[in-house]
Amino acid sequence: MNFDLDPADAAFQAEMRAFIRQALPADIARRGRQGFHATHDDVQAWMRILNARGLAAVHWPRQHGGTDWSPLRRHLFQVELRAAGTPVPDQAALELVGPVIYTFGDEVQKARYLPAILNADTFWCQGFSEPNSGSDLASLKTRAVRDGDHYVVNGQKTWTSEAHKADMMFALVRTDGEARPQAGISFLLIDMKSPGVSVRPIYTINEGLSVNEVFLDNVRVPAENLVGEENRGWGYAKFLLTNERTMSAETPHTAFDLEQVKQIAAVERRGGRPLIEDPLFAARLARFEIELRALEAAVLRVLHMGENDPALNATASVLKLRGSELRQRIADLAVEALGDHGLAVFPDVEGQDNMDVLAPVPPAPDYAAGWLSRAMFRRATTIYGGANEIQRTIIAKSVLGL
Amino acid sequence: MDFSPTQEQAALKESARRLCERDYGFEQRRHRIRGAEGFSRDLWKTFADLGWLGAGLSEDDFGYGGGPVETALLQEEFGRVLLVEPYLSCAIIAARAVVALGDPAQKEALLAPLVAGEKLIALAHNEAAMRGDDAAVRTEARLTADGWRLEGRKAFVLGGSSADILLVSARTPGGVSLFEVPADAAGLEVVAYHAVDGRRVADLMLTDVAVDDAARIGPEGGALPGIELAVDHGVIALMAECVGAMDAALWLTRDYLTTRKQFGVTLNTFQALQHRMADMLVETELARSMLLRGIAALSDPDPRARRAGVSAAKVQIAEAAVKVTGEAIQMHGGIGVTEEYVVGHFYKRAVLARGLFGSIDLHLERFAAWSRKAVA
Repeated sequence: MNFDLDPADAAFQAEMRAFIRQALPADIARRGRQGFHATHDDVQAWMRILNARGLAAVHWPRQHGGTDWSPLRRHLFQVELRAAGTPVPDQAALELVGPVIYTFGDEVQKARYLPAILNADTFWCQGFSEPNSGSDLASLKTRAVRDGDHYVVNGQKTWTSEAHKADMMFALVRTDGEARPQAGISFLLIDMKSPGVSVRPIYTINEGLSVNEVFLDNVRVPAENLVGEENRGWGYAKFLLTNERTMSAETPHTAFDLEQVKQIAAVERRGGRPLIEDPLFAARLARFEIELRALEAAVLRVLHMGENDPALNATASVLKLRGSELRQRIADLAVEALGDHGLAVFPDVEGQDNMDVLAPVPPAPDYAAGWLSRAMFRRATTIYGGANEIQRTIIAKSVLGL
Repeated sequence: MDFSPTQEQAALKESARRLCERDYGFEQRRHRIRGAEGFSRDLWKTFADLGWLGAGLSEDDFGYGGGPVETALLQEEFGRVLLVEPYLSCAIIAARAVVALGDPAQKEALLAPLVAGEKLIALAHNEAAMRGDDAAVRTEARLTADGWRLEGRKAFVLGGSSADILLVSARTPGGVSLFEVPADAAGLEVVAYHAVDGRRVADLMLTDVAVDDAARIGPEGGALPGIELAVDHGVIALMAECVGAMDAALWLTRDYLTTRKQFGVTLNTFQALQHRMADMLVETELARSMLLRGIAALSDPDPRARRAGVSAAKVQIAEAAVKVTGEAIQMHGGIGVTEEYVVGHFYKRAVLARGLFGSIDLHLERFAAWSRKAVA
């Protein structure tokens, strides 16, 4: 039993750290540390820097533009990206639709979509949830009816992250209304500029914009945009959602946040000393750090499991459950560490995603900006990607056999 | 021992419930928050006409003979609709500071127009580095031949952006003193911004602000006990808002679970959710009970015991409020995190209540220190 990195992996980590430090533009790094949602331009600029080095999607297979790195090395790279505060890339593309296309798509789809994802030429959104189909995804109602060499799509999607910036949507649509719910669903790629697609913003309690409603009104989608086989979309979606759960441990993000909170606690003072020396606060920080270590160890265990390990599905749910809770709690701890500064609304001045009226900038240190917004938005981490209630049911049913 | 409200108290609560239901819809509130001042002056006038601005003050203090119970009854109703008018800062905290420290002439000059809704007053005591330690005043007042000169900075002043009169605490040779400063005083800059729960707050920059000695409220160097008492009234009133917000969030969530369908059934049929709703009710009822202890503590003649009782209420109620309203979001799912739906805003108020007037850690320490002494 040994948690130390092999010398070769340690050298790899140092090399990646040095590369990121040298390659990340200073202004993008500064915005990254502020914690608002990254802008389209920042994501694109950074993705193109990575792509030029062949590092845009290191977890993809080499023949599709990825690497043959070990799971551990891919993880180490993520840790270094997060630690440097790089913009969070288009996860819908890189983590979700990309793997579906290279696994189930045809050659034309692979050639058309994968390079454009790697170079951030196209941004994607996920059209899964509907107003009455959240956790119960299989009950979705958006219909696609074949008409010659097109599908005609009608319906409504909701909680669609980044739809307002996306060029393409991958959607689950019902192509067979007679079959049992899971059996009549297909996986369709929809150009967001198609006539009949309209996007309505949903502002969230962080007063920002990242999710939307998407209305599909007689949208004509070329039949060639069907991924895999008609009525087999549920299987592709399950494949993709397992990926989503694994990535949602997000320990590198949380580790980055923890470092920032420690720095805040070293500056903010209560009762004549820095918070980090305040026994009550220090104990809470330590307890948090210990929990994060346990979760990181769980991530490393998963990385060393084979893809067919029967324990993988259960552990993925564990990672999602605890990972999402820690994401919430670290932002909450930051808000508490900031005292009054944590209770003031900072406008997202760098983004264009604001409410109709921008709030004034409160007089507070730079490190305070963005934390309240993060803490509010992260109430959603335990809801999206399969609500934690669903994860518990998965554990109860498929692991415990209850 | 008697916990039941008097007829008058029940009538006050009932009228507050009715007005809030009629005039404080969530859409109306959103509209007010986005306005220039962030609240409704018309509604403030209505509050004055109804006698609410003096509901917690004795008749000697230009009120209507009530006290902290009346204040808490109103605040609980205000919490249910997430009121953003400066009731807490003006009618409770500032009024209590004047009651505690003002001489008869000052009380008349300040409390009568406050209760009539003609003047908005705010206590500008908090500073960024204070974090609940009321004694840690750094703003200074220097005595000159023609009065006092104030220099320093106040932070996160509730109601500070719309106040006509600011009651500014400052360090003087004898300790902490309190001064009445008009909002248009030369050298006073008011920077308004938004607090998490929709309220407006302000930082005040005081640069050589001149006031007469007659503007001093309370003894030179001896204002701290009165300020602490006013803040304690504010904490308990804020906890009353939390109880209202929790209760509203609890029943809103109950109703949502009985209508929202997933997997072919309404969500209320899942026992896992039933048990969590039961825990929310447990937390809410304990908070409601603790609020009564907090109200009682306000009249404790021993300031340390009073503060310990207030701290205990803050720890119990604010933490419960964050938990219950957070659960309310979770059980709503995606809609819970949207700006246009009310449930997330209950959580925002709870987060404000937890952080305001000192962290949970500070109040744990304050209670522990008092409790320790009681053993010795």
